[in-house]
Amino acid sequence: MSAPTATLSHAPRRRVTPARAAKSEWIKLVSLRSSWITFAASVVAVIGLGLLISLVTKNHWAEMRPQERLRFDPVDRSLAGINLAQLAIGVLGVLVVTGEYSTGMIRSSLMAVPRRLPVLAGKAVVFAGATFVLMLASAFVAFLLGQQALGSHGTTLGAPHALRAVIGVSLYLTVIALFAIGIGFIIRNTAGGIATLFGLLLVAPGLGQLLPTSWQPHVLPYLPSNAGAAVYSVRTDPGMLSTWTGFAVLCAWALVALVVGAFLLRRRDA
Amino acid sequence: MIEANGLTKRYGDKVAVDGLSFTVRPGIVTGFLGPNGAGKSTTMRMILGLDRPSAGSVTVNCRHYADLAAPLHEVGALLEARAVHTSRSAYNHLRALAATHGISRSRVDEVIDLVGLTDVARKRAGGFSLGMGQRLGMATALLGDPPTVVLDEPVNGLDPEGIRWVRDLLKGLAAEGRTVFVSSHLMSEMALTAEHVIVVGRGRLIADTSVEEIIRQASVNAVLVRSPEAAQLRTALAGPDVTVSSTEDDVLQVTGLSAAQIGDTARGLGIALHELTPQRASLEEAFMTMTRDDVEYHGHLAGEATVLEGERA
Repeated sequence: MSAPTATLSHAPRRRVTPARAAKSEWIKLVSLRSSWITFAASVVAVIGLGLLISLVTKNHWAEMRPQERLRFDPVDRSLAGINLAQLAIGVLGVLVVTGEYSTGMIRSSLMAVPRRLPVLAGKAVVFAGATFVLMLASAFVAFLLGQQALGSHGTTLGAPHALRAVIGVSLYLTVIALFAIGIGFIIRNTAGGIATLFGLLLVAPGLGQLLPTSWQPHVLPYLPSNAGAAVYSVRTDPGMLSTWTGFAVLCAWALVALVVGAFLLRRRDA
Repeated sequence: MIEANGLTKRYGDKVAVDGLSFTVRPGIVTGFLGPNGAGKSTTMRMILGLDRPSAGSVTVNCRHYADLAAPLHEVGALLEARAVHTSRSAYNHLRALAATHGISRSRVDEVIDLVGLTDVARKRAGGFSLGMGQRLGMATALLGDPPTVVLDEPVNGLDPEGIRWVRDLLKGLAAEGRTVFVSSHLMSEMALTAEHVIVVGRGRLIADTSVEEIIRQASVNAVLVRSPEAAQLRTALAGPDVTVSSTEDDVLQVTGLSAAQIGDTARGLGIALHELTPQRASLEEAFMTMTRDDVEYHGHLAGEATVLEGERA
């Protein structure tokens, strides 16, 4: 402990800018061990699970029934880890926000950036950016390893839709990341945020099956996970939206969550 | 300078802060006093733009907090509730906040050293003791070297050495010409630190005055007299506007007469005095008297004990 006077530093006094708010969010993201663990889990999910499923497919090829072989697509097999990876990315996205509310950090954050929206924007840009880059690299590795594992049943990036699907893995997870951040700002509670996110992503499609058959085509394709699936798949289920329409619908979900989250962030007491 | 004007905060039917108007001036330590639940923290949260006033307004250097372009360089704040992510180190916490204003790492190191956290700066803040947490909060408040500091219960959880350190730090900051606004529910602490106090109870302003003035107003001006012939003296002192009470056979509590008058009377009657003490209400008692009707949560037994003590004094 030094002398009980505040040392005056004569450093220049700079104002808060969106770029500085984003830099702060970057420091926050990388200075938590949970971020590294969860990102590592998502990488392992995309690469490891894709590889595993590809290996299993190859080994069981001889026993596969003709319909199964018809449904088989080497690109989709190697990218199957996305289903697990979205859990990690979704949880981390919610936590990036709700972790601040549960610890009280949000008060420090908002006192430093009282306009508030740069905090949301910074989190969105930094987390979505990190997710995009990391998942793009992982998806390429998963694709290449998966095709190796599939051997003669494998394909190349030059195959129709293969490159789009690989990039699509990253696009889908990036939008899920943004969706999770938006939900985090709306719900502000970790358990509630995660439940809401995965309720919409994983539970809603199952519940939708209970709707009257005539309603289903008007609901099921528009649920976020169903709509987004087209962008990372070569083979799409019948009745679902086309690649870019589906992706646009997923983006709309994320956008609505972010806009509502931003509105509430401005309005509510912290 | 902090200026509140008709500041009001309602939570549903409950009014936490009720039309508060006050000015906190630079160059002195201003205490913000009130019992628990008086609305101190809510008021501070409104100053810092965390809570939106239901009515009225509060400004820092004539600007609303949310409109400050570089808030950490204008106002430093320590909130009573922790405002730190428990899994992040003190160093990274400060670095993340510093980054919003482009404040250098060397300033981060400087404030860590200033509050004496250098040895634990790389450890998780969640493992900090209450006192270390308060030091980290103080480092956060001083990060931007602000001309105004707002501190909610800064001595909470500190050991005597830490309390002394905070006291000296606050006085030092005020001496540098800064505006220092410190809340506390301990009048005794404020008596040692603050020159001016703003007292609130149930969200309303009770007093906005100097510490000296509070003591003067609240002191009962009683004189404690101890004499072996107390009963005789009691009769002699009786008169209009004079009240005498007694708790022990040889002790009188006299109001309405000065110590000199009592001493002279005793001398005239040849009565021996073993003690003649003008009673000055302590700041704590002054505070109790002032806020008695405004205490939000009465501990029943504690309340009675306070009254008894007050009567004896």
